[in-house]
Amino acid sequence: MNVLRRSFLKLTAGAGALTAAAAAGLVASGQAWAAAWNKTGFEAKAYADALKSLGATNLVQSKDIVITAPDIAENGAVVPVAVTSKIPNTQSISILAENNPFPLAATFDLSGGSEGYVSTRIKMGKTSNVHIVVKADGKLYTAAKEIKVTIGGCG
Amino acid sequence: MAEPMKIRATLQGDVADVRILMLHPMETGQRKDAKGQIVPLHFIQSVIVTHNGKTVVDAQWSQAISRNPFLGVHVKGAKAGDKIAVTWTDNKNEKRTDEVAVAAAS
Repeated sequence: MNVLRRSFLKLTAGAGALTAAAAAGLVASGQAWAAAWNKTGFEAKAYADALKSLGATNLVQSKDIVITAPDIAENGAVVPVAVTSKIPNTQSISILAENNPFPLAATFDLSGGSEGYVSTRIKMGKTSNVHIVVKADGKLYTAAKEIKVTIGGCG
Repeated sequence: MAEPMKIRATLQGDVADVRILMLHPMETGQRKDAKGQIVPLHFIQSVIVTHNGKTVVDAQWSQAISRNPFLGVHVKGAKAGDKIAVTWTDNKNEKRTDEVAVAAAS
């Protein structure tokens, strides 16, 4: 397993250099986002790095993002999270759990004709803020909600 | 082989409420089995929902999505009988596609 892990880390480091270039492209074109799995983002271990991979530098707090999730989740393995974005032209919704080993949980690209709504279930290692990043008209908006976890769901 | 998905698409006005339940272990790569060996990563990376062949949702997932994942989305401009197809791909490149027709509101 250790060998696997090492090559995995090496891959991540290599991808890091790529992101700097890719991030600029993502913000500019907007379309590139859907193209490939956001490897750097999903493998980022720090919340800040995961945000960076989404090109999120100028986040605007928004009240138009509604997060429907429990205040206390007894079982961290299954935490239902639903997000409704009332921001016009919502293009994508990302879900991040700040204290997870890999904070970025999912990115949904909705630009093809879906309403700004997604509902899913995520795993959470421990009590944490869950952040939502919504992209609309090339701008990024955010909202957060703290979810308390009684039993972690990562082990 | 991958198990079939359960998909339900119900019309609400001109919006289809699509609910998808996939059967997948979604291993995080952190869990250990009874022998203390780490269970390798195995998770769905990509989920694509199409409406009459046009991609409406393109989701990228990490291992932080729960086991047997649930996904709910709202597809705009849908009519009864429209085709909703869902394809997932995991990190071992296994795939599964299932399709349903949008049901009229009951």
